[in-house]
Amino acid sequence: MSKDNEILEEFTSKEYEHGWSVDYEADEAPIGLTEDTIRWISSKKEEPKWLLDWRLKAFRHWETMEEPSWPNVSYPKIDYQALRYYSAPKQKSKPSNINEVDPELLKIYDRLGISLNEQKRLQGIAVDAVLDSVSVGTTFKDTLSKLGVIFCSFSEAVKEHPDLVKKYLGSVVPSTDNYFAALNSAVFSDGSFCYIPKGVRCPMELSTYFRINAANTGQFERTLIIAEDKSYVSYLEGCTAPQRDENQLHAAVVEIYAAENAQVKYSTVQNWYPGDKNGKGGIYNFVTKRGICAGNHSKISWTQVETGSAVTWKYPSCILKGDNSVGEFYSVAVTNNYQQADTGTKMIHIGKNTRSRIVSKGISAGKSQNSYRGQVQVMKRATNARNFSQCDSLLMGDRCGAHTFPYIDIHNSSAKVEHEATTSKIGEDQIFYCNQRGINSEDAVALIVNGYAKEVLNQLPMEFAVEAQKLLALTLEGSVG
Amino acid sequence: MLSIKNLHASIEGTPILKGISLEIKPGEVHAIMGPNGSGKSTLASVLAGREEYEVTEGEVYFKGKNLLELSPEDRAREGVFLAFQYPVEIPGVSSTNFLRTAVNQVREYRGQEPLDAVKFLSLMKEKMKLVEIDQKLLSRALNEGFSGGEKKKNEIFQMAVLEPTLAILDETDSGLDIDALKVVANGVNQLKTKENGTIVVTHYQRLLDYIVPDYVHVLFDGRIVKSGSKDLALELEDKGYDWIKEEVSGTTV
Repeated sequence: MSKDNEILEEFTSKEYEHGWSVDYEADEAPIGLTEDTIRWISSKKEEPKWLLDWRLKAFRHWETMEEPSWPNVSYPKIDYQALRYYSAPKQKSKPSNINEVDPELLKIYDRLGISLNEQKRLQGIAVDAVLDSVSVGTTFKDTLSKLGVIFCSFSEAVKEHPDLVKKYLGSVVPSTDNYFAALNSAVFSDGSFCYIPKGVRCPMELSTYFRINAANTGQFERTLIIAEDKSYVSYLEGCTAPQRDENQLHAAVVEIYAAENAQVKYSTVQNWYPGDKNGKGGIYNFVTKRGICAGNHSKISWTQVETGSAVTWKYPSCILKGDNSVGEFYSVAVTNNYQQADTGTKMIHIGKNTRSRIVSKGISAGKSQNSYRGQVQVMKRATNARNFSQCDSLLMGDRCGAHTFPYIDIHNSSAKVEHEATTSKIGEDQIFYCNQRGINSEDAVALIVNGYAKEVLNQLPMEFAVEAQKLLALTLEGSVG
Repeated sequence: MLSIKNLHASIEGTPILKGISLEIKPGEVHAIMGPNGSGKSTLASVLAGREEYEVTEGEVYFKGKNLLELSPEDRAREGVFLAFQYPVEIPGVSSTNFLRTAVNQVREYRGQEPLDAVKFLSLMKEKMKLVEIDQKLLSRALNEGFSGGEKKKNEIFQMAVLEPTLAILDETDSGLDIDALKVVANGVNQLKTKENGTIVVTHYQRLLDYIVPDYVHVLFDGRIVKSGSKDLALELEDKGYDWIKEEVSGTTV
């Protein structure tokens, strides 16, 4: 075996650090999925009738749909009747603020390095913590509400701001959009809701931290972000799950609505349990994320660092409806061992002078498969649309795969679309060069990989960028030696 | 300081070095010359610890330590520096970031405190003057899009920052125009002290006009076939390598 393969070997055998689970008493829906399950969830959450009807409509449609087979991933067929669709930690009474949340639950987040205690928090980030199916608490609510910013769990938004939820829910990702979005629409249990009023620049990063704890339970959360005219928000999402031998399903939906001159920046560091090094266990991450630049001069920017999950199926997209609107997608997707990722974006240019930029950096190690799938669509009315796409793949070792599937669909001759792609390998030469200057192989790989992903990591908010850099190194740790 | 005894090395089963012995004392400059394919670069690579080469016989001691037992990074931390013939590019990693990581790993190995950003920058500034390297170059990604001359200058700059006890320059003159050659040689000369040793691997005598060696060794077919003073280099320049080849084949027949 050549040296870089040995290095890769060692680097890939690193264990997942968030693999623990905690026992707590939970409120659970019976296993299986029928209309009754949906009624059970809806009544548990004391939802209004319109929402139950919306869920049922999604469910009935889902039943007529087929699970998509076009992604470049393979996994055993999921038995949707063997899953549990709702699990919530039992809390003695409903907490009215974060200080009343069961300390045992807060400990889970402390262990993850996420303190929900507002005094201990870094200033500048408000967190909504979602455990299994429900939100356990949201920080800095009061500070934000003074500016008119609403940041709360989805369930709370349904109760407190039903008009907003009713108006925007499903407006970007319809309940019938795709198989997993329809499933989510039927059974979603919680998630985050965020509303930035006109002219407000949200003074802190808003963040949701998702954690799956319960076994055999799917997590189906929904995030809805609404940015009114001339507002700005930066939103972060993080996620982990315990190490379990069975696969777990995570099918989330994120919808973003940006009005005129609004800007939304959405960053994800996805670190779901990827399965062990033989490919056993891990999360199936089937997520639909879409934003609409509804107003003129609006901007939506997705940044994702994908290191976890056994199988990832995810295409954060932008519908550029407003004239002069801008969509961006920056992605680093790392796969190791037997992980599979099929990820990318869709940029749909509808308005005039719309611009989009795609920077995708795939890193494959071990026996993993990493695919970029991206679509750039320019509609008839979209004069002077511009797109620039750059898709790079980095291979570590000789048993992994990198694939690129770009689709371009142009209906306006004034469009300018550029696509660049490169594939490279971390070479023995690069590692030896670092070694010769006194840098050990593990740090050499971290250095090379972070250099490669720099353009994307630079898009992340400061504290997150540091975390992401460590995570990249950690994910690949053991893959070189 | 460096003691090589009967060193044999091969790559994928093919012997390249066939019994090299060499002693280098502190303060000395040794030039290794020889025709293409004689094993010059292999010697440099084996000393630095490149894994493709298998050492089949012989020993190498550096400051009393068995060099062949050390990993490449530990050899570097002990003070062995190789200026590469073809420096690699590392996209997205600035020279500054790269060097700071290197310096601090070396310092950690030696039980020294890491340098903070301020101290490191002042060290950089001091060394930059030595090799006449532009600061802009150092904020760019390591060697990416650098010209041949810039890459070689950067090697010498890294050498200045890392202050090795043994510097091995592998064909540092290749691809350099005369001005760049002078700058590089000047840098090397300024870094020379009574304590450190230098091995200059080169095909041409040209570099030795600027870096004057104490000893010249001619490598041919994996062996040192002739050693002498700097005059030997001039003789080679004058007569080429053929007379050496003839001399060698004459003695073996």
